[in-house]
Amino acid sequence: MWAYLVRRILYAIPILIGVNLLTFLLFFVVNTPDDIARMQLGVKRVTPEAIDNWKRERGYHLPRFFNDDESGTRQLTETIFFQKSARMFAFDFGASDDGRDIAREIGQRMGPSLAIAVPTFVLGLLVAICFSLLLVFFRASRLDVAGVVLCVAMMSISSLFYIIFGQWLVAKVWQLVPISGYVGGIDSWPFLVLPVLIGVFAGLGASARWYRTLFLEEIGRDYVRTARAKGVSERVVLFRHVLKNAMIPILTGVVVVIPLLFMGSLLIESFFGIPGLGSYTIEAIQAQDFAVVRAMVFIGSLLYIVGLVLTDISYTVVDPRVRLE
Amino acid sequence: MSAFQPVLLWTDAALFALLACAVVVGVRQRGDALRRAAWQRMLSRPSATVSLVVLAFFVAIGLLDSLHFRRALPPSAEGGVHYAARVESVLDLLLAPLHQNPEKTYSAPLATRAFVKDNIERDGGVVGRDYPRLAYGGAHLGEGGEGRATDIGRRLAVGAVGGLVLALALAGALRALGRRGSGATNGTAGGATRAGWMSFFVMLMLIGAVSALAAGYHVFGTDKVGQDVLYLTLKSVRTALIIGVVTTVVTLPIAIALGITAGYLGGWVDDFIQYVYTVINSIPGVLLIAAAVLMMQVVIETHPDWFATAAERADARLLALCVILGMTSWTGLCRLLRAETLKLRELEYVQAARAFGVGTALILRRHVLPNLMHIVLIALVMDFSALVLAEAVLSYVGIGVDPSTISFGTMINAARMELARDPAVWWSLAAAFVVMFALVLAANLLADAVREAFDPRTA
Repeated sequence: MWAYLVRRILYAIPILIGVNLLTFLLFFVVNTPDDIARMQLGVKRVTPEAIDNWKRERGYHLPRFFNDDESGTRQLTETIFFQKSARMFAFDFGASDDGRDIAREIGQRMGPSLAIAVPTFVLGLLVAICFSLLLVFFRASRLDVAGVVLCVAMMSISSLFYIIFGQWLVAKVWQLVPISGYVGGIDSWPFLVLPVLIGVFAGLGASARWYRTLFLEEIGRDYVRTARAKGVSERVVLFRHVLKNAMIPILTGVVVVIPLLFMGSLLIESFFGIPGLGSYTIEAIQAQDFAVVRAMVFIGSLLYIVGLVLTDISYTVVDPRVRLE
Repeated sequence: MSAFQPVLLWTDAALFALLACAVVVGVRQRGDALRRAAWQRMLSRPSATVSLVVLAFFVAIGLLDSLHFRRALPPSAEGGVHYAARVESVLDLLLAPLHQNPEKTYSAPLATRAFVKDNIERDGGVVGRDYPRLAYGGAHLGEGGEGRATDIGRRLAVGAVGGLVLALALAGALRALGRRGSGATNGTAGGATRAGWMSFFVMLMLIGAVSALAAGYHVFGTDKVGQDVLYLTLKSVRTALIIGVVTTVVTLPIAIALGITAGYLGGWVDDFIQYVYTVINSIPGVLLIAAAVLMMQVVIETHPDWFATAAERADARLLALCVILGMTSWTGLCRLLRAETLKLRELEYVQAARAFGVGTALILRRHVLPNLMHIVLIALVMDFSALVLAEAVLSYVGIGVDPSTISFGTMINAARMELARDPAVWWSLAAAFVVMFALVLAANLLADAVREAFDPRTA
């Protein structure tokens, strides 16, 4: 297993390099730093000096790949590619375009993001599995049909609707929770209840329907018939036999997103004023702060690759037949 | 000299080219008994026929809104014809009363008075604060707006009956045409066909009722700057269709070409293609789209001379958004196609073709590609609804369509604070969400039916 893990981690390196090259291509080759500076400073009425200043302050004045003015290794290190892209491998993200340290900002905002994302994830998974098992228990009945119709309808509603309508109904009309905000620590739970519930609700339709299909596939298998023939009750069949065997396809979709929980949720955080990484990203996009977007792309893909490795490991946990070699 | 000049925007061209392709593929597949059986299996589900009818109405709106033109300006002194900078569509012509009669600000659906008080000059020059009378909403009712309820009821009834008559006439004409063509198409799927016709009648009655009301009122109210919300919602349909459909045009060639070559050739080609899609897949979707859109914005901002009119600029952004969405979302389909090609490669008929010395290109075209088409079709309809929903989110984040393009996303974005007002302004959001829900629900139901009918595992 360790050999397998080492190989997977080594395999991750070229992928991260690919991500890095792709973002570098997008941010520095499609447009020159001059274009970006002109855009940031306003397209009209901008002097060459102002552009030069802007670039120098942020370190964009260097050549892209190769610096002729320097000597030795500095020819390679004193370049945009090394300073802005290669240093990310050491988790050195530098400063955002408005001059703040990105790594510190990320460290501060991780907590609020996790405070929303982890409960949403756990609760969402539980509710979706229970709901789909209920549908499977009443399979081919009116209740099942109604449940599937409900799932499809819920899938067809925009996530923006859940957020805007939920916030209006619960926070403004019923006034059960504050409309938005965050205080940090354990006192912030009233701020978290609504975003978590909305997150659970918005994802329920698609995942419950998907799990129902998985469970229905399992329930036609021979081992289920054997279990029933032994006289096992339907409840035990569902929870002990079907759920366990459907775990592999469920894990494939679920484990990979666990590391990405760090990234938070773009929409929910920005609507509820949670100072997490999701709202950080959205603010950076709206302010066209490319340094932050670049850093988030790198972290996101790193977390995704971690998720893939975790998925493989989780298979060995739920299915003893799987061995990583 | 003509009174107007047709304008073909890039997205119009893409949409019409796609429609032509669909027709060609449809005609060519008529001879294929297996495919025809699958289509018939699909059309035997009531949910499929109903959603097809609903989608057909949406597509009709989108196509009408894709026939663009510029009006000729009044002849100038030095002669020659000049055309207005504003690009209009046939839909704009049909809805002219709606968008040419704006109010000053918010007004509730079917209202005769504005939603907020304003200074009004009464008889004798006294200025007081009251809800001003609307310029268009119920203008035919007179100053006090008396008899609004009976007028609305009458319009509803007249419109619905008119719609029903039109539907009956159309249905009769279609029936007559169908009988002349081939008598075999009807009667195979009674319940589903009936459901389809029912929804056709209901839709036409609805359209009749709404247009009768819209002739005298703002049916969905007006927004902050007094634009008719019904007009905005109908214009949004085209944007949603373009995003949902044109994106797949970008996705399909990449996914098909790379998926098939990776699966069939194997070796280093396979390794390389897998590497490329793992890299793209590992970047969280929104961030990749955000990065690409931000860069696209810089390109468009720094080259204002590329676009003659604002409409062309907005259209270029829409097309670029489709391309970006396509470039970032081909990986899923590519992986499916690669896996399926791996299986097909080992089948006897492919082996036999290879043994006979048939070239790789011909094998791929004749033996592999046709057997992948069900996967492509299923992916195409399933992606559509996801893309329509994604457009709204992306526009909210600020990386969607141009702010001047009317879309569900820009409508929701403009109205997102309106529920926080007191009393709440709900109609813009409600109209956008309801119409978007209808579109996405129809697409989802159709996708289910297509998957059930074409997936060999379920059929």
